This record gives sequence, C-alpha cells and structure tokens, in this order.
Amino acid sequence: MSAETRSPVGSRTPIYAFVGNPNCGKSTLFNALTGLKQKVGNYPGVTVEKKIGETYSQHGHPIKIIDLPGAYSLAARSPDEAVLRDVLLGRREDTPQPDRIVCILDASNLERNLYLVHQILDLGRPVILALNMMDLAAKAGLEIRVARLEKELGIPVIPCEAANGKGIVELRLAMSRSDLPLAKHAWEIPPPIAPAVSELAASLQENDGKAPLSARAEALLLLTDQDTVRVTGSQPLHPRTSEIFRNWQKRWEGEGTDWAGALVSSRYDAIGKICSRVVERKTNLGPNVSDRIDQVVTHPVWGWVSLAGIMALLFVSIFTLAEYPMNFIDGRIAALGDWVKAAMLPGDFRDLITDGAIAGVGGVLVFLPQILILFLFIGLLESTGYMARAAFIMDRMMSRVGLNGKSFIPLLSSYACAIPGIMATRTIEDHKDRLTTILVAPLMSCSARLPVYLLMMAALVPGERVPLLTKVGIMLLMYALGTFGAFGFAWLFKRTLLKGEPPLMIMELPPYRLPRLRDIGFHMVERAWMFLKNAGTVILAISIVLWFLSAYPRAPDGATPTQQLAQSFAGRAGHALEPVIKPIGFDWQIGIGLITSFAAREVFVSTMGVVFNSEGSSENTLPLRQSLLKASWPDGRPLFTPLVCFTLMIFYVFAMQCMSTLAVVKRETNSWRWPAFQIAYMTGTAWVVSFVVYQGGHLLGF
Amino acid sequence: MIGVSNGRFVDMPAFSKLSELPVGTQALVREFPKQGSAFLRLREMGLMPGTSVTLVRTAPLGDPIEVKVRGYNLTLRKSEAEHILVEPTVTTKP
Repeated sequence: MSAETRSPVGSRTPIYAFVGNPNCGKSTLFNALTGLKQKVGNYPGVTVEKKIGETYSQHGHPIKIIDLPGAYSLAARSPDEAVLRDVLLGRREDTPQPDRIVCILDASNLERNLYLVHQILDLGRPVILALNMMDLAAKAGLEIRVARLEKELGIPVIPCEAANGKGIVELRLAMSRSDLPLAKHAWEIPPPIAPAVSELAASLQENDGKAPLSARAEALLLLTDQDTVRVTGSQPLHPRTSEIFRNWQKRWEGEGTDWAGALVSSRYDAIGKICSRVVERKTNLGPNVSDRIDQVVTHPVWGWVSLAGIMALLFVSIFTLAEYPMNFIDGRIAALGDWVKAAMLPGDFRDLITDGAIAGVGGVLVFLPQILILFLFIGLLESTGYMARAAFIMDRMMSRVGLNGKSFIPLLSSYACAIPGIMATRTIEDHKDRLTTILVAPLMSCSARLPVYLLMMAALVPGERVPLLTKVGIMLLMYALGTFGAFGFAWLFKRTLLKGEPPLMIMELPPYRLPRLRDIGFHMVERAWMFLKNAGTVILAISIVLWFLSAYPRAPDGATPTQQLAQSFAGRAGHALEPVIKPIGFDWQIGIGLITSFAAREVFVSTMGVVFNSEGSSENTLPLRQSLLKASWPDGRPLFTPLVCFTLMIFYVFAMQCMSTLAVVKRETNSWRWPAFQIAYMTGTAWVVSFVVYQGGHLLGF
Repeated sequence: MIGVSNGRFVDMPAFSKLSELPVGTQALVREFPKQGSAFLRLREMGLMPGTSVTLVRTAPLGDPIEVKVRGYNLTLRKSEAEHILVEPTVTTKP
C-alpha cells in the first residue's frame, strides 16, 4: 500500500454527526473528542447553535464532527429539532450531509433514548451507538448487555462514561473504522400504513428527487411531522406528493386510523422487544438521590425557600463579584484613553480614538463580567438539573401570561442585565414564547437603571440625604412597575402579535448530576465570544456615532464642555426633541441626556454632569444634585421639580435606552425588525405613562 | 352488584383522569387523545395507551404534574393530563 491510505469516504475528511436526546451527555463527549478544535456559530436564518469540531482517527486522519442540537424526535417541534432533521436529511445547503452518525444514549434511560435512534436507523446511514452514563445505569440497578444490543442492531455499541473519560478511546477507534456495518433494522410498519409509506416514498423519489433510502425515511417522517417546523433551507413538497399524503389522510380519517399514533406505538413496541432482551433490572432500589433532592426543592414550602435562596445567591454574586472586574475594565479603559491622549497630538482624530473608539470598546467589554458570571450560574443550574425544577415550580405563574416555566430564568436574569437574559432564552424551544420573552426582558429593571434612579431620588427629596424608607419605597415601586410592565406586555403579545398554539410544558426532569465545570467553561467562553463578535461591533459603531453627535460641530476655541455639548448635533437634537418631551415635563437639556443615554442608561448621569456643568459622578450625586436643583426653564420655573424627577424615573423604567440590548436582540432574532419594534413599543409606553403621571401629577397640584 | 364476573369487567372499568391521579399512584394509560401535536409529542416521549405511569408529584402551585414513565421523570400540564385516562394499578403510598 502506498502512503496515501484512503480514508473511509473517499479522499475527503469524513463527517460525523453527533445526535442524542437532551441531557444524554452529548456535549461532554463532543468536548472530550474535539477539545479546543471547535467552531461555534449559527445556522444561517435560525438562532440554533452550529458546532463543528475536528478530531483525529486512530491513524491520525482528520475527522469532522457536527454536534447537532439535542432532540427527542426527528418530527421537529422546535427550530433546534428542525435543524437536526434537516442536517441529517441533507436538506440544508449550508451544512454538508453527514456521512456517518454517532447516536449518544443515556444508558439509564434506554427506552426513550432509543426512540430517536430508531428513527435515525431509517435513514440507512452507518450508525455507531455510544451508550453513555453506564455508571449511572449500574447505580440505578440496571444491567445492560452491550454485546446483546450490538447483536440485535448489528451496529457497533460503545459503552461510555464521558464524564469520567471512559470509552472515549473505544469510540474514536470505532469512528476510525473504514467499514461500518449498516443496522439490521427490521421493523414492521403497521399494516394499514405500510402501503401509504411505499406510495409516498415512491413519489418522493420520483417527484422530489430523494434517494431511495432517505425517501422511505422522509415518508415516515411526513406521517408524524404534522406541523412541520419550517426553517430556511427546507424545500416545500412536490404537489403530487402532498396530494398523495392528503388522500391517505382523508381515507384514514374516514376509517378512524390514528396513523401517527400507530407509527409511534410500533416503534416503541420494537424498542420494547429489544430492551426486554438487553436490559435487566436487578433490583428496585426505591427512592434514589434525585427523588430525595426533589422532595425538598419541589416541596410546597422548602421549594420556594430553595428557589429564593439560589436566586438571591445569583444576584449577590452578580452585583458583588462583577463589580471588581467591571471597575477594573473601566479603570484600564480610562487609563488607555489617557495614555493615548498624552501620546497623540490633540485633534479630531485623537478624540475619535479616545472618546469614540476606546470608550466604545470599554462600553462593550464592561458587560463581559456580568455575562460570564450569569452564564456560569445558568450553566451550573442547567448541568445539575435544577433549571428544569425552577421551570417546574414557576410554570403555573408564567402560564398566567401565556408563557411557560422556561421563561422564568431569562426574565429573572434580566434584573441584572437584559443582555445575558436575552442570550439565555435559547433554552425556550417554542419560537413565539422565546420571542415574547426577548421582547419583554428589557422591561425588568436592570442594574444600569440604578444610577439614574439614585440621582433622581437625590434630586427628588428636599434634604441632603434620601430617607431609607423613601428610597426603598420608590425603588420597590420602580421594580414593580417594570415587572408588571413585562408581564403585562407578555400577556398582550401572546394574545395578539405572537398568538400561537396553547403553550405546553412537556419537559423532562433529568436526574441530578454533578456539574461538569469543563463543559460550563466552554459554554461561558462561547457565549462571551459570541457577544463580543456580534453585538460588540454594533455597539462600537453606535458609540462612535453618538460620540460624533456630541462632539460636532465644534464650538469655537475656549468653549466649555457645557457650551460644546449645547451647540453640538446632540444639543440641537435635544432642542428638536423638546416639543415632544415638553408634555412630559422635560426640556431640551434633559433631551440631550435621553439621546446620549441611548448608549446605556447610566450615561444619563454623566451627560447631566456635562450639561449642567457639574463635577458629580455616579457614586457621589450631591454636587450634581445642587446643579440640577438650580436648573430652570427660560421663564425661571425650576426644571427638576419632584414631579419631573419622578416622571423621569418612570420614563427610564419603560424606555428602550440601551443599544447593547438592541444589538443582542438583533443577533438573537436575526432581524432588525424586532429591535425596531422594541424601541417603538417600549419608548412609546414610556412616553404615554410619563405623560399620564406628569399631567396627572400637575392636575393634582404637584 | 354489577362488577367483576369471571374476572372480567362487565361494567365500565374505573378509569380516572391522569390529572386527578393521587400522588404515588401507579396506573396504566387506557385512553389517549389521537389529535393534537402535544399528544403526539407525549407519545414520542413514551407516554401512550398501555404505558405504565406513576404520578410523582404536583408542582407547589398545583400545576404542572410530574409523572414517572419508562423509567424517567416527565412533566406536563393538567390541561393535557386531564385528557389522558388511566386505570390505577398499584398504590405505593397511602
């Protein structure tokens, strides 16, 4: 043989697909095989994560692995499952059809895991089974005869414990084989349905140009895939095929044949037969560890206590831990700006670099600590299995507004920052539920609103100090307003704009497992990188635009920053905005703050400092408070009356004043339509509510 | 009394809604809706006529419910569970 050994599928790098149910340990196995050789992106047109990794065969040949999203069935119910189906069937133009498939199974839950495998064997491609979590199966009192399963299916079955690094070598060995057998997949399609399958398969072959084997699989899929989740890249059926399908449907409906149910049942019958020969239940061990944990964390009393405790821990860590790296980043960015200022000649270009670009980069980086910490927590909650319990407990409350329990954690996270909250909505399968959650998440009062609230409270009360009770009371009111707003709009959107099927809560409660820190680390880095790469560029661009608006046109030399800002584009825009915001009690100077704080809400405070020529900072609002109280309308009426301060706070509760959130929403919804809608409905609501509060307050004599 | 004769039911057997099954009760699924994508998905998750289910618990606010089916734990809302009729078999807890 020459040195040029042929790899299994011609000269090209073989492509494997990793598929499996959620919670089967697929990612752990994928990470163990590919290590850092992974590319994470998105399937074009949908927000489903695309993960492709590379590993080497036993002989050192490269192997490509596509880690497909976890799914229970090829009959897709979510965009995730639709991508799995379409990639396996070679329907997506952006992804090559995998040559071979590795099915990962949770050995402690073999029956249900085999359902997806059973569908995949229909595809007629070489399949390897990785029987993961063998240790957990043994602990649960199950004995699995691997050799017997291999014999039953006629394909390689590799027992693994991915979490302990066991079975990886054997799996790599199997993946290196050049000759993988096809499965003995003798499966009887129920008699009333069999002729339909043949007829549909023939038409799919003839009219839709499918390969013989995949035509049968497609025909079977068609019968259980009633409301096909359409994703970009999948093609509509040939009219002849649809006609055949409709005719059969009519006939079955007349006969009372439950075709989809019969197909599912016959698959489970076949699986049941295999399992009866392969799995031996040694003992019934009684309640296991998971059951005992659940007795506490889903208890009517202790369930709430533990949920509240875990969430409190999450917030305390975000607010305390994230502060250090955030201050550090702020400090470094400021130092970098100063250094560049000192090193370069003064001029427009220098200002562009320091006040535009560097400040913009700082504005992006400063979110990283919160994103990382939140995804550490979300990763921990998800990989231990607690996430599903939180959804289980909260489902009833979320159902009141038409969502399900899975929206709870993303919405809660948004109290810290809407960006990771919105990024966390990927766990919600239903497209409309997910979109609703994304749309209302920024209404939850995030930490960037705090400086605005604090400044306005300082200006609101007569004394130098805000009494604690007033402070707590006003804060609670603001948080309550935001929360009710979020739920109210979720309710409204689910009834109008995003009306869909009644929401479901069909979810597995996986057994508790120890978290896999390595996998969580991978996930955190992925998320951070995704944010930097996609949202970061948008944020940077907007920062530079906002800088330009407040720096140009230049005032004559010797002008103070206050004068400069007043006659800049931003200042002029403030004037232009005044007719619109006068009815809610704001003048053009506040208008400038509204424009600049579009970058981020807390910028309002520093802008007010410049506008009213004060040396205040967000930590010490006292000097700024004095300046604000001195500010007045041209006719001498004070500008910041208590009512205006209060109205301003309410405006910030609702207004969409955060370009970073918009950039993330654009990224997660794949269009500018939803961020634009968000600006319109949130800022519109802010104006209306502010109008009612201000004018109402005015009438009441405040 | 109409009841059991020759070990066979002559009257309608006592089916109850899955949503009303007492906690800890094991039952066999007897009637399962044929329409609706939710029920198809439940079938694909292994819940179908003839399957044995145990009601594990109800969420603290009364909905959804958690059942054990084919060795794993699954949650579904009462709005779905009330359409699934079951026949209690063994009671493990009073």
